[in-house]
Amino acid sequence: MHALIGVVLYLLLAPVAGCLLAGLDRIATARMQRRQGPPLLQPYYDFRKLLSKQGAQINAFQGFYVGGFLVFTALAGGLFFAGSDLLLVIFALTVGGVLLVLAAASAGSPFAHFGAERELIQMLAYEPMLLMTAVGLYLAGGSFRVDELLGAPAAPLIVLPGVLLGFLFILTIKLRKSPFDLSASHHAHQELVRGLTVELSGPHLALVELGHWYENVLLLGILWLFLAPLGWPLAAAGTALAYLLEIVVDNSSSRLRWETTLRASWLAALVLGATNILLLHYLQHHYLSGGLL
Amino acid sequence: MSHAAKSPWVLHYDASSCNGCDIEVLACLTPVYDAERLGLINTGNPKHADVLLITGGVNEQNFEVVKTLYSQMLEPKVVVAIGACALSGGIFRDCYNIRGGVDTAIPVDVYVPGCAARPQAIIEGVAKALGILQAKADGRDLESKKAVA
Repeated sequence: MHALIGVVLYLLLAPVAGCLLAGLDRIATARMQRRQGPPLLQPYYDFRKLLSKQGAQINAFQGFYVGGFLVFTALAGGLFFAGSDLLLVIFALTVGGVLLVLAAASAGSPFAHFGAERELIQMLAYEPMLLMTAVGLYLAGGSFRVDELLGAPAAPLIVLPGVLLGFLFILTIKLRKSPFDLSASHHAHQELVRGLTVELSGPHLALVELGHWYENVLLLGILWLFLAPLGWPLAAAGTALAYLLEIVVDNSSSRLRWETTLRASWLAALVLGATNILLLHYLQHHYLSGGLL
Repeated sequence: MSHAAKSPWVLHYDASSCNGCDIEVLACLTPVYDAERLGLINTGNPKHADVLLITGGVNEQNFEVVKTLYSQMLEPKVVVAIGACALSGGIFRDCYNIRGGVDTAIPVDVYVPGCAARPQAIIEGVAKALGILQAKADGRDLESKKAVA
């Protein structure tokens, strides 16, 4: 019953939260550039406009892939907020990501193919650290299930500092922020041609936006798992601070080459993620078998 | 009612302008005028754009390009011709390769005069175009409702 309420609340409220988050993001970005910025509800206006535009499906698969991206992303978030298995969440999220790549690759445009290829490279970059986040949380909390992790005695913040930093690193990629926004920038006006979504238009583009809102709420939910033992006011402040940090990074860096992106994120996964996990595993088995950690 | 006028995504194309008007168009998009506070985004992609800002006269070589760009934009859409050359061919109108103003290739909704057009005039032109865009969007809503009924 608890799980069902979580799913329903997520499916209904995540688009609202994701939309407001996108609006706040655009205002904060504008203020950092000494501009006033758009109204808070601008992403909603954009979404409504895109829905009302003429539909232009360039082949039979595109709509199916875009719909699949939305469904699997919402499924990943639904599983998370139902308190289900974190590995399942990550797998569903990955399937959603692959479907978005297919949507771009199904078009004939070379720009769309560039976008699809770069999105795959991004996935290659963030997947190892995303999986290590789940493994790290398992070691700290003794379970892959989100509901059990929330009640776990050990604070992930203390035993998983490396994994948290590694997750924040790949969060920049997942939120489509500079310097890792290879396939499509979060802010449309920052690039000449938006690779991934170049051939998606009107209602299809609206569905992609909706999918990103679901995705961003889920990602902040995973971050919440690290901060939850602090109590909700501090956890909320921490999540907001992390998001603000992402905006600062976005505004103070330019796009990197794909080789650098891949190298940097794998290095982060190895140095921050794997080292933390191995050390924690070692400590748990040799020194603290009494169950302190 | 749709939110067409609250979220104008523009495409800027230089047909055969001397770049004077283009510099003024880009000036409108800088932080000084902060066009994003009106929801305006420069997309660079006709499939995402609602407003086509076009400068310069149409010549024999880009006649087809202008028509393609216009046809790739999805309804509802508006075209703003900016500067004397986009209106009539301007000082280039007698050149052997110039066909004339933008309306020799595609329908134009708003004409912004000037050589070069001033940013204030461009912003006013875009504001007028947004009214037309909204009217077109509402008209489309009405038509689709009629079709259902």
